Amino acid sequence: MAGIDQHTLAPSPPERRAFDLPEVARVFGWGLIAWAPVIVLLVAWEIFARSGAVTPFLLPPLSRVLERMASELTSGELFVAVGLTLWRALAGFAISAVLGVLIGLAMARVRFFYWFFDPIISIGFPIPKIAFLPIIVLWLGFYDVSKISMIAFNTIFPIVTATVVGVYAVEKEIIWSARNLGTSERALLWEILLPAALPQIFTGLQVALPIALIVGVLTEMAMGGYGVGGTMQTASRMADSLGVFAGIIEIAIVGYALVKLMAVLRRRLLKWHQEAQEPTTA
Amino acid sequence: MSAALARVGPALGVGLFRYLPILLLLLLWLAATRFDWVSTGVLPPLPNVLVSGYDLVTEGDFWVNTGSSLYRGGTGLLISIVVGGALGIAMAWWRPLRYVMSPIVEIFYPLPKSALIPVTALWLGYGDTSKILLIFLGCMLPVTIGAYNGARGAEQTLIWSARSLGASRLQTLFDVVVPSALPEMLNGVRTALALSFILLVASELIVARKGLGYLIGFLGDGGNYDGMFAVVLAVAMLGFFADRLYLAFNRWVLRWRE
Repeated sequence: MAGIDQHTLAPSPPERRAFDLPEVARVFGWGLIAWAPVIVLLVAWEIFARSGAVTPFLLPPLSRVLERMASELTSGELFVAVGLTLWRALAGFAISAVLGVLIGLAMARVRFFYWFFDPIISIGFPIPKIAFLPIIVLWLGFYDVSKISMIAFNTIFPIVTATVVGVYAVEKEIIWSARNLGTSERALLWEILLPAALPQIFTGLQVALPIALIVGVLTEMAMGGYGVGGTMQTASRMADSLGVFAGIIEIAIVGYALVKLMAVLRRRLLKWHQEAQEPTTA
Repeated sequence: MSAALARVGPALGVGLFRYLPILLLLLLWLAATRFDWVSTGVLPPLPNVLVSGYDLVTEGDFWVNTGSSLYRGGTGLLISIVVGGALGIAMAWWRPLRYVMSPIVEIFYPLPKSALIPVTALWLGYGDTSKILLIFLGCMLPVTIGAYNGARGAEQTLIWSARSLGASRLQTLFDVVVPSALPEMLNGVRTALALSFILLVASELIVARKGLGYLIGFLGDGGNYDGMFAVVLAVAMLGFFADRLYLAFNRWVLRWRE
């Protein structure tokens, strides 16, 4: 079958983490030392900002940014902003995960759906969907519905292609044995194909989640409203650079936590799969 | 001649059949506005969009903004490929650099790149340089990680053979390691290309006075939805063809592989 070709559209595995941090840590026998460059960088930020080489407007000292974050934390603003951004990103991601896997399964099993969705996906994947933002605003307004739709619209493509490629890659022998044992088409789909394609599907989800966060922050910046993106944009307009840098650190922590969480989830969910038995790379 | 036609005919038919769903969607758009299923204030009729697209193209406004977008995107992407690729290969090649840079890369990689928009605006204002810096910073890490993984994947036996045949360290780097890093690095560049479009259009929508993203926002704010839809479609096509062009380039660069 032509169409979605695996080489061009299959999402590349996210962060095949080849960096050998653990190796360094083992050598020194101390985990923290591996992170020393990051600590040095942060200290350098503080010293450079205080040296007077740049104005505090362009680069406020880290300590003052942390103070700002602490005050946002105690006033509760931090939870509102981070919570709203997370809610939108995860809601959009959840919608596209469910829809994307369903469409992918349908495409892989039913010819009609493949015929219908294949050109849409192969054209829709590479186009910059963010350009449609004003149209979505025109249709759905400025509030959560339009932001969440935009996130889902941007994240669904890698999930669909990963699902299609994953189901196609399921070994024929597994399908034949299941059929031989009298499995119904329905059971074959949900109990054989879906689990067998799960590693690929999960890779698609791991590609999609960071996109959800990127687009979530963008929609907040463009449409306003609360959330980390909105607060950063307001801070930038008011020349409040402390607010901008506090926002960067907050969203960086959220992004890092989500990526790590997905890696943990992957190990948990795919414990039964042979990839878990192979030497771990993550 | 007829033999060529006989080959082209079926191919054309297959192509038509393959892209029929897109055609159906366009027909649906036509029908929806023709029979008033939706208000034209929400979805302008396709012919109007095409006409106003034609006007924009002939008036030259479109080209000025396209030029400025392409300049920003192209420059930022080029710098990110050169710097990111060099950094990735250097990290694979030289161990101390790897130990210093890998935790830093790991921290910055998951940062949602769009969060850099207000910072670059704060530093460099609303013009070209802030967009170039944004795209450079946002697109660099996928290239770095691709180049790094590719270079680390260079077969040790090849490196040893090159060395034992008398290649200097530098020769080995450029004749063995860089070519082995290329396929994965080029994959990273494709991710970077897609990211550059997102960051460019979004930053122009949010903070700019020029560029295609700005033009979309400007037309939309003025209530010229025909024009807005036309430019959105133009940007979508630009992104699509950039990706296809890149894939063709990719195949050409990697033609030495099987």
